Amino acid sequence: MTSFILRAATGYLMPLLLLLSVFMLLRGHNEPGGGFIGGLLAAAAFAFHALAWGPQATLQLLRADPRTIIAAGLAAALVAGGVAAAAGGPFLTAHWLPVALPGIGKVGTPLLFDVGVYLVVVGTTTLILLTLGED
Amino acid sequence: MNRVPDGGAGRPGKRSMLSAMIAGLVVAAVLAPLAERRLGLWAAPVLAAIPAAFAAVVLMNLPRGGGVALAEVRPWVSELGAELAFSLDGLAAVMALLVAGIGALILVYAGAYMAGKPTRGRLLAYLLAFLAAMLGLVLADNVVTLFVFWEATSVVSFLLIGFDHHKGESRAAAVQALLVTGAGGLAMLAGLILAGLAAGDLGLPVTQAWRISAWAAVDLRQHPHYFPMLLLILAGAATKSAQWPFHFWLPGAMAAPTPVSALLHSATMVKAGVFLLARLSPHLGGTSEWGWLVTSAGVVTMLVGASMALGQRDLKRILAYTTVSVLGTLTMLLGVGTELAVKSAVVLLVAHALYKAALFLVAGNVDHGTGTRDITALGGLARHLPWTFTAAVLAALSMAGAPPMFGFVGKELLYTSKLDLEALGAKLVVAAVLANVALVAAAGMVAVKPFLFRRRELSHPPHEASPFMLLGPLLLGLAGLFVGLVPATFDRTLGPAMAAAILGREVEMKLKLWHGLSVEALTVLVLSTVTVGGGVGLFLLLRRRMATARRLLELASRVGPTRAFNAGLAALPTAADRLSRLVQIPSLGRSLSVIIAATLSVAAPSLILLGLPSLPAGLAQVQLHEVALAVLILAGAVMAVVFPKRLAAVVALGLSGLGIALLFALFSAPDLAMTQIMVESLTVILLALLFAHLPPSPERSSHAERLGHALLAGGAGVVMALFVLAVMPGSFPPSTSEYYLAESFPAAHGRNVVNVILVDFRALDTLGEITVVALAGLGVWALLRLRPDNDRGGEP
Repeated sequence: MTSFILRAATGYLMPLLLLLSVFMLLRGHNEPGGGFIGGLLAAAAFAFHALAWGPQATLQLLRADPRTIIAAGLAAALVAGGVAAAAGGPFLTAHWLPVALPGIGKVGTPLLFDVGVYLVVVGTTTLILLTLGED
Repeated sequence: MNRVPDGGAGRPGKRSMLSAMIAGLVVAAVLAPLAERRLGLWAAPVLAAIPAAFAAVVLMNLPRGGGVALAEVRPWVSELGAELAFSLDGLAAVMALLVAGIGALILVYAGAYMAGKPTRGRLLAYLLAFLAAMLGLVLADNVVTLFVFWEATSVVSFLLIGFDHHKGESRAAAVQALLVTGAGGLAMLAGLILAGLAAGDLGLPVTQAWRISAWAAVDLRQHPHYFPMLLLILAGAATKSAQWPFHFWLPGAMAAPTPVSALLHSATMVKAGVFLLARLSPHLGGTSEWGWLVTSAGVVTMLVGASMALGQRDLKRILAYTTVSVLGTLTMLLGVGTELAVKSAVVLLVAHALYKAALFLVAGNVDHGTGTRDITALGGLARHLPWTFTAAVLAALSMAGAPPMFGFVGKELLYTSKLDLEALGAKLVVAAVLANVALVAAAGMVAVKPFLFRRRELSHPPHEASPFMLLGPLLLGLAGLFVGLVPATFDRTLGPAMAAAILGREVEMKLKLWHGLSVEALTVLVLSTVTVGGGVGLFLLLRRRMATARRLLELASRVGPTRAFNAGLAALPTAADRLSRLVQIPSLGRSLSVIIAATLSVAAPSLILLGLPSLPAGLAQVQLHEVALAVLILAGAVMAVVFPKRLAAVVALGLSGLGIALLFALFSAPDLAMTQIMVESLTVILLALLFAHLPPSPERSSHAERLGHALLAGGAGVVMALFVLAVMPGSFPPSTSEYYLAESFPAAHGRNVVNVILVDFRALDTLGEITVVALAGLGVWALLRLRPDNDRGGEP
């Protein structure tokens, strides 16, 4: 089943949704948002794409296997925690860069951890979506 | 014993040397595959420099007498007494020298043995990791350190035994070894914890109670838990050191590549149990329980191993069973525990490590040069493999206990130590002579039978091994000869230091090839001669009557513990299957009903006990739009139940979800609201996709069933609502949320408290949650992709 309306809409909606998801991820520390919501938004974007163009096309667009994205997310979260352990403190203690980056704000291991959450959520949701959608 | 726990204190540079060396081996293990790709054949000798350096460090810091040369303590979980504590006393020094020295030679050997195979880098990595674990184990001075490294050796040996993982036989042997040693390790952990608690009971502070060397200050044998503690620890030692009836995993482990067997199953890992007995004998030994249990396990193992060795055709299996026999002898000697017995255990342990590693490498060379390890197919190889034959003869002479080898000194001492005992002595001497006769015959089968006598037809002409593969066996064989000729290299240095560490007091040691003409010395000499003569006779007899011997042993092994183990292993999945059929109903709806009903049956009575909650105050101020939202949510739920079409039901459920999201937004929880909306949207898409896989129209349940479901669901809703009401009125301490609100920005640089809690304050929880999310995703993927009727991916 091909829906031209959906395909056309996806072309505009997807970039917006993905941008919004990154925006949500980055602002999460101070305003409503965060890795979990951002990840769900991105997953929704990919779900749109999969509905419009089929799971195979989405897999090509993603470039990476969703399982690799999950692994990368878990690794990012582990690394974020490991920084503190390497510095001699308790696992997962936050460490911050001394200066704030323009447009992003304070950068530190919690942000990396949130990126990990984001990737795990995106990876898991797209993995389930694409596996279910395959025929 | 005069141990100095901070022996390295005067030399600060040496204080962290031991842990640095172990860490170096771990790093080398990680880098080994890379090094192998870059350096090829030379990777192994280069990597071998690291354990060789370890051995050199031990040699330069040899402990004198019962003292400690190097010690190191790093705090870990101080409140529980867990620390990384290493100490280099006589026992640790000898074991570390054997492990690191033989390990270095075997690395060199393994590099050449695996030449041209793509798995060489992996083998070198595992071997180095094993050396790190084993050295950590022998140097450990804390119960927790000891256990961690003990388990590490089990895990790495699992990888090594199952190295050829495409072969079912290797996988089965690896699992068997892991299960047996792992179960023993758990028992040992329980025993060690009992010992640590007992040491605390007897007055040691928590910083000392878990340190093995500190146990010298108390007498654990006085503690009421002494016997269970001893039994549990012995279980660990017996499984690791392949004592009867746990001996069967060791011959199975011969599925490993030969360099692995040479390292793990001769010199190092199987000695870990004996090492544990030696390490703990000053604190737990000397009682009649210790004497009986340890000695009898040792004697039985010694005899079983020696007799089983004679029925084997595979070179490596012969060696494996003789190893079982020697491990039994060592255990027996530690069980006897007199000064002479301990000294003879020390000599035998070192002599055995040298000759057995050499013989395994010889077996590897024979296998490599001819393509078979079956002794009935081998003969007359001496001409083709002259250097391998030389090494074989040197090692086999030591194994047979012939003068002037180190093994001869060991056996003389063994007999002397038995004659030293009163009533028991004679029986033990007879047992030891019998076992040693079998060992002599086995030495002949390994080192004489394949090399001399008539040449057999082989599929291709045999060839001598490369120099890298001759270095190890020749050096090890020569070492046995050298120490036998110049015993002062051992009995002035390592020997007494190790014996002192085991006995817990200073001792002198004097090893001789010739003991003079006293009655005792002559008796021992006669016994030695009888042993060698009997062994040679048995070997000549066996060479003709191999088949008969094998048939007899096959009959005997039908009732052995291997069968019990295999039967148990086969029964386990069957029992698990039955159990899951019993408790797991193959219908999601019914399973859910059981779970909900069980929850209700616990929750409802407690609600009644607590007293029914009253309605919250301020109900009158409910706004109209709030009532509207509640109606929306309820209407969605009712429609979801009533609608006959699946898609319509899902959309109705989405209505409920959206209502809840709006409620979150109204009560200032924007994060929750956004998440709820996203989850609702994605759920609709997921369910819509799922419907493609389901039959077109759902089967309706009967009216009675639907009534039951309605009652259950209604009950769950009512109880849940009452619970929420019961916990609502200010039962949370305000301090928690106040703390988060106050600390969020100053301590965590974030104004969104929800997110700060997720990624900073309670990040460990989140880490656990995302792991669960990831596993759930993988689980869905596996269930959908790897169905038996699905040929799209994975195995059938």
